[in-house]
Amino acid sequence: MTASGVSVRFDDVFKAFDETVVLAGVSLTVDPGEIFALLGPSGSGKTTMLRLLAGFEQLDRGRLLIADEAVEHLPPARRGVGMLFQSYALFPHLSVAENVAFGLKVRGGGQGEAEARVAEMLELVRLSGFERRRIAELSGGQQQRVALARALAPRPRVLLLDEPLSNLDPALREETRADLRRTVKQTGITTVLVTHEQEEAFELGERIGLLNEGGLEQVGGPAELYRDPASRFVATFVGRCSVLAGVVKERHGDDELTVRLESQPEAPAWRCRSSGELAVNDRVDVCVRPESVSLETGEGPGLSGEIETERFTGSNSFYTVRLAAGPTVEVAMPGAAAGLKGACVVRQLAGELPSAFAAAGESGP
Amino acid sequence: MSAAGAGGKAPQLQSLMPWLVLAFLVWLVGYPLLVVAAEAFGIGSPGGGGPTTEAFQSFFTRADEWNAMWRTLWISVLSTLAAAAIGVPLGFLFERNEIPGRRLLGALVALPVALPPLVGVIAFLFLYGESGLAARGLQSLGLDVSWRLTGAWAILLVHAYSMYVYFYLFTRAGLSGQDGAAIEAAQSLGASRSQILFRVTLPRLRPALAGATLLTFMTSLGSFSAPYIFGGGFRVMTTQIVASKLNGELRMAYVETTMLALLAFASLLLLRKIDPGLDLASGARGTPPARRRLHSRGARIAAAAGGWVLAGVLLLPHATLILMSLVPPNTWTVEAFPPVLGLVNYGDLLSSAERLRPALNSLWMAAAATLAAVVVGVMAARLSLRRGGLPGRALEAMMTLPWAIPGTVFALALAAAMSVNAPWVGRFVLVGTLWILPLAYLVRSLPLTGRSIFAGLRQLDPRLEEAAASLGAGALRTVLQIVLPLLRPAVIAGAGLAFITMLGDFVTSIVLYTYDTRPISIEIQSSLRIQETGIAAAYGVLLMVLSAVAFIAWDDRAGGRL
Repeated sequence: MTASGVSVRFDDVFKAFDETVVLAGVSLTVDPGEIFALLGPSGSGKTTMLRLLAGFEQLDRGRLLIADEAVEHLPPARRGVGMLFQSYALFPHLSVAENVAFGLKVRGGGQGEAEARVAEMLELVRLSGFERRRIAELSGGQQQRVALARALAPRPRVLLLDEPLSNLDPALREETRADLRRTVKQTGITTVLVTHEQEEAFELGERIGLLNEGGLEQVGGPAELYRDPASRFVATFVGRCSVLAGVVKERHGDDELTVRLESQPEAPAWRCRSSGELAVNDRVDVCVRPESVSLETGEGPGLSGEIETERFTGSNSFYTVRLAAGPTVEVAMPGAAAGLKGACVVRQLAGELPSAFAAAGESGP
Repeated sequence: MSAAGAGGKAPQLQSLMPWLVLAFLVWLVGYPLLVVAAEAFGIGSPGGGGPTTEAFQSFFTRADEWNAMWRTLWISVLSTLAAAAIGVPLGFLFERNEIPGRRLLGALVALPVALPPLVGVIAFLFLYGESGLAARGLQSLGLDVSWRLTGAWAILLVHAYSMYVYFYLFTRAGLSGQDGAAIEAAQSLGASRSQILFRVTLPRLRPALAGATLLTFMTSLGSFSAPYIFGGGFRVMTTQIVASKLNGELRMAYVETTMLALLAFASLLLLRKIDPGLDLASGARGTPPARRRLHSRGARIAAAAGGWVLAGVLLLPHATLILMSLVPPNTWTVEAFPPVLGLVNYGDLLSSAERLRPALNSLWMAAAATLAAVVVGVMAARLSLRRGGLPGRALEAMMTLPWAIPGTVFALALAAAMSVNAPWVGRFVLVGTLWILPLAYLVRSLPLTGRSIFAGLRQLDPRLEEAAASLGAGALRTVLQIVLPLLRPAVIAGAGLAFITMLGDFVTSIVLYTYDTRPISIEIQSSLRIQETGIAAAYGVLLMVLSAVAFIAWDDRAGGRL
């Protein structure tokens, strides 16, 4: 039943509510059949993008294209867009089957055809046999699957998922996430997902658009966003990182440089990855991932500091180290907590380089 | 997806819809009020010269006018106090104490609310009137007593009897929503019972009491049946208006109407101030405190006996009405108790098409007005709450406005606005036609259906409508298949209340009825006038039964919400 997906395009979309600008000229293309995740903090405009696409809000400027056809003037009913709502928005007075059949009945067509489609959809979400149940009798996870079946039943061209897992227990989320991805991939439908949780975006999204304050900060695959963040915002929003201030010492080609850290200028300079805009002696912020550094108790070459806290999460132990005359840095060490205490040195590991950005306040926020 | 063609047209109509509905409501609700005020100044009336304040001048200089205004005010204040004095203690009694038969008695105590005002008034007349059952009973015991049920005291008595229910119901609702833990906290801090009552329970009852005060005061301000039947020379504004109209002093009637509307507005604004809003009422909702049990057997028996005596007194008017309806014409003269009882009056009523006509009139006009009020209410609520903005707020205001305005005012306003043929300014001759009374009922039904439909829709997740839209459903299908089924309790609650109220309407009917549309209340009044008390009582019983059936069905469906 794999359908060939269609593309979705936002073309310089602008939207304001009263005086507040929510989307300031966003352009984005979602490829046919792709699962695209819009990630961002609350208020970044991601839900507005979804609601514009569904037709629940009208854009102020720009264009919206589905399969290269402008849809911004179409009412929601004519866009061929299916939506899974955060609250599911299941019709409480209708049974499971009636919910799933709603979009089919609206379009007309034979009774038998609709019944077959409902059965097919319920099988897809593994709820066969639940046809006559009332919505209130279902668990949260089951409700979510009914909502998905209802959205997919009329064969929409695009599927929209608004925080699809936020109403589930944490224990259920992981399982449901994999399930959701499998189901959506199986249908081959172009999907746009909105979430504020990085983990959800990374696992469900093939590509991710990170939104901040009404603009797209970066679009790319999960690994790209994590390893090569385009801005300090991306680096700090995606994954954990400690920010250390420094000054550019030397450039190495287009995308590498060495940075002398401000708090400990005598320590060995750090190799960083950067875009080509930084020059020698520019002040920079270095975003250090916990797993790109290691620590050793005692003294030696590296950043000297004092272990403040130790936290064991199961696969790693995290240490917060207060650097001498400076900020704290978080260090991940594999394995169980070893009860490390006192003075230590923090060193850069070979492999993934931390990213350096022009220091906050020097070139904009 | 052949959307391109219809895509352009539909949004245009959609953005116009709020304005269209608003225009209709303004024409129906706001415009007549403006017309009546304008005509009070001599503007726009047919054949009447230029603007003048002449009628206002004579209003402000005539003592009887001032008296009517002043009496309306103090009757309303005293009615509210009397209703509170009865209703609040009863609310405490039934909500906080476990007395035998509490549930049944508690429901019986609320019964006067189901009695249409005019029916309550004539039941009082038959029971406590000059030659009523009570007077005859006492005289037959050899007591030389006689009284006349007229004037302010009679009005107050009827008001207190019919309006304490508001305080009773609001008090019970307020108490049942209170958290028992607060009382336990006060006890553990060493508060005495009276300290708890005055420092904890009553302050938190304030929103409920404010609501009941507002409802009682406004109802009393617009009360017509009691002053009309019992007032005699004691005129309040509503009866003064109708008297001026009947005397042909139209301009003066319009001035009085305007003044009563202003009085109602001012009262509403003032009374809103005592309502602390929701912040006191809401907050943590716990379990209400356990009801106090009476431990001694004697106390329980006394409480039960007291309760049943009370219920008996409250039900006496209903019983009297039924009794009177069973008295054949001209059979009861000087006896203490009617010597002959039978179903003659009912036979008379049911066998003659002409006699049955008013009942059918009331039924169809109340049903049509209710249906229209539901349709308008659903449209207005959806447009107001889902689109918002200026037209949204104006829609809600227009739906609520008739609640604050006495029925007499609207009757006069419609009579003034719809007696002139000037279609270009939205005025048509509807007075004297079949349409004016259902239209007036519609105006008065709007706040009743609107209030509960607005409240219901506010609780409905707007995502449900969006889900239906994204699944391809148009506006009509979304309303019929999603919104209405989910709003059913709210619609039934509002429609039930509107239907019962309009079924027994007297205040607007007396101004606007025609012979062909005369409703039950008008027939009751004219039967009384020609001394056909049995027929009047039979109509009263009919109205009472219809109202009770509608009330029970409504209460059942709506889960007892007010």
